[in-house]
Amino acid sequence: MIATFRRRMRKVTPFQIILTVCFTGLAAFMALPLIFILNHAFKPQNELFLFPPRFWVHNPTWHNFEILFLHASNGAVPFTRYLFNSFLVTGITLPSVIIVSTMAAYVLAKYNFHFKGLIMGLITLSLMFAPETVSIPRYLIISGLHINNTYFGHVLPALASPLAVFMLIGFISQIPNELLEAAKIDGASQLGIFMRMVLPLTVPAIATISIFTFQGMWGDVETSTLFMQSETMRTLAFYVNSLVSGLQNSVAGQNMAAAAGLLMFIPNLIIFLLFQRKVLETMVHSGIK
Amino acid sequence: MINTELSPALAKVGRKSGLGTKLGRFFKELKRDTFAYLFIAPFLICFMIFIVIPVFMAGTLGFTSYNGFGSLHFIGFDNYLMLFTNDIIFLTKALPNTFLFALIVGPGGYALAFLFAWLIHQLPIRIRDYYTLAFYAPSMAGAVALSVVWIAAFSGDRVGYVNRFLLKFGLIDSPVIWLQNPDYLLKVMILVSLWMSFSVGFLAMLAGLQTVNRELYEAGSIDGVSNRLQQVFYITLPSMKPQLLFSAVMTIVGTLKAGAISTQLTGMPVTPQYAGHLIVNHIDDYAFIRFELGYASSISVMLLLVSYFAMRFAYRLFGSKEEM
Repeated sequence: MIATFRRRMRKVTPFQIILTVCFTGLAAFMALPLIFILNHAFKPQNELFLFPPRFWVHNPTWHNFEILFLHASNGAVPFTRYLFNSFLVTGITLPSVIIVSTMAAYVLAKYNFHFKGLIMGLITLSLMFAPETVSIPRYLIISGLHINNTYFGHVLPALASPLAVFMLIGFISQIPNELLEAAKIDGASQLGIFMRMVLPLTVPAIATISIFTFQGMWGDVETSTLFMQSETMRTLAFYVNSLVSGLQNSVAGQNMAAAAGLLMFIPNLIIFLLFQRKVLETMVHSGIK
Repeated sequence: MINTELSPALAKVGRKSGLGTKLGRFFKELKRDTFAYLFIAPFLICFMIFIVIPVFMAGTLGFTSYNGFGSLHFIGFDNYLMLFTNDIIFLTKALPNTFLFALIVGPGGYALAFLFAWLIHQLPIRIRDYYTLAFYAPSMAGAVALSVVWIAAFSGDRVGYVNRFLLKFGLIDSPVIWLQNPDYLLKVMILVSLWMSFSVGFLAMLAGLQTVNRELYEAGSIDGVSNRLQQVFYITLPSMKPQLLFSAVMTIVGTLKAGAISTQLTGMPVTPQYAGHLIVNHIDDYAFIRFELGYASSISVMLLLVSYFAMRFAYRLFGSKEEM
């Protein structure tokens, strides 16, 4: 037993140890913004303005968060309303995007039908268009449909996610056709095949699109700025952004901005940790691929 | 995408027949594929309304002169003529800057993303999470980190981290104004973008590495694939073509659509002497500062064409023949 252990250690030594050491250093460097945001939010006013900026917080304080909440409660719309809107919108959008995109990607990857080539072409083309120029036509369409100032205005535009579909097509096309044929012969319905074979097999891809869809939705300011005229319908990202944008060079609200930055970041982090584990786990246990 | 053989009836089309039977068959096939249309309908409806139609509207704007408030004037190809004959800033700054930026950040970031995804995959599964998180952190933190960490690092006086480091080791005599000096701005932008290049494509590659069939490695070792490099070339890369294609497309799109970086680093919508001026900055300049929306649209149509050809190239490399 000791011999096998030693042999394994010898097998590990040259490549993996050097790799791990170099890698850890590099990873620490890459993780700097994470640590920075965490520290920054708890810095008292005087530490925020040191130059050169000090990385670590010396006297951590909750004061920044208090100011943020108090500031918002003075406004017309309470802070909790923005928070509620953000949670509701992302909570509806994320599952809907997953279902809608997987369904579309499944048929696009595995079936032949009319207009399929056209649809695929449009999806890839639409990935490339610079979003700046589309915002005005989009506004016209949203107000034409009379869904501005409703939650539909937040959710519906996000449902069309060519990025998610494009990625899922790639993954689903890797599922062997024989597997689906076999399920068909066994009498599974189309919906059954989709629910019981395709969805479980694409979990890594679904986890990945969840991460970036959530990130996009949570941080999205465009829908709130363009499609929502009523302040009560806007999201937390909009509120934080409006707080921060005026403060680039001013002193007064820096601590609020630091706290808001952390507040916007934490949900992203949680979702990432939650879903990234899924990416790494599933395929190890499923025996198919 | 790769193999679509589950509904073989389409393959038999080709016999000559009258219009009536053709139409009849068309409807029959529509009926047979009903479930496919039902599955794709929710996506397709939203996609058409919120993406395809706006893109076409923006495309037609490119042929007009429009300031966002008044009426549209149809002016044909004048915008495009102007763009390629008169717009000196576009031709001498935006275009070369974008190509240099995209040529380095695109392939560079792509190679880095694959290299690190692969290296993370070599690590024991229990610690992979932390490394993934560390590498994904820059693109998760995004603009917040960009505008605070990097501005502090590349600050133009003696106390900026980079300057202090270089001064300490005697590599420079006086502090360099990194972010305002036209000689350095683009280089700093490239460096920062490389640092941020572990984003969606990186995640896709990680997920893709997970799907590579383990038995292939065993089969490979029987066939004489011995070292890790050979494994990567003969087994790993071919097995994750869709993910490689996806992240290639994301990288191309990402680098060509980059533009916010220069604004965030310098704090100005238009960089000093146009040193970090990319095509997207040019679009923003015309759309939101000068309000010449027609002209801005025509630039973005040009950008679309450029990305389209870059994409075709990516498909040539990674995709199968029958696509696009």
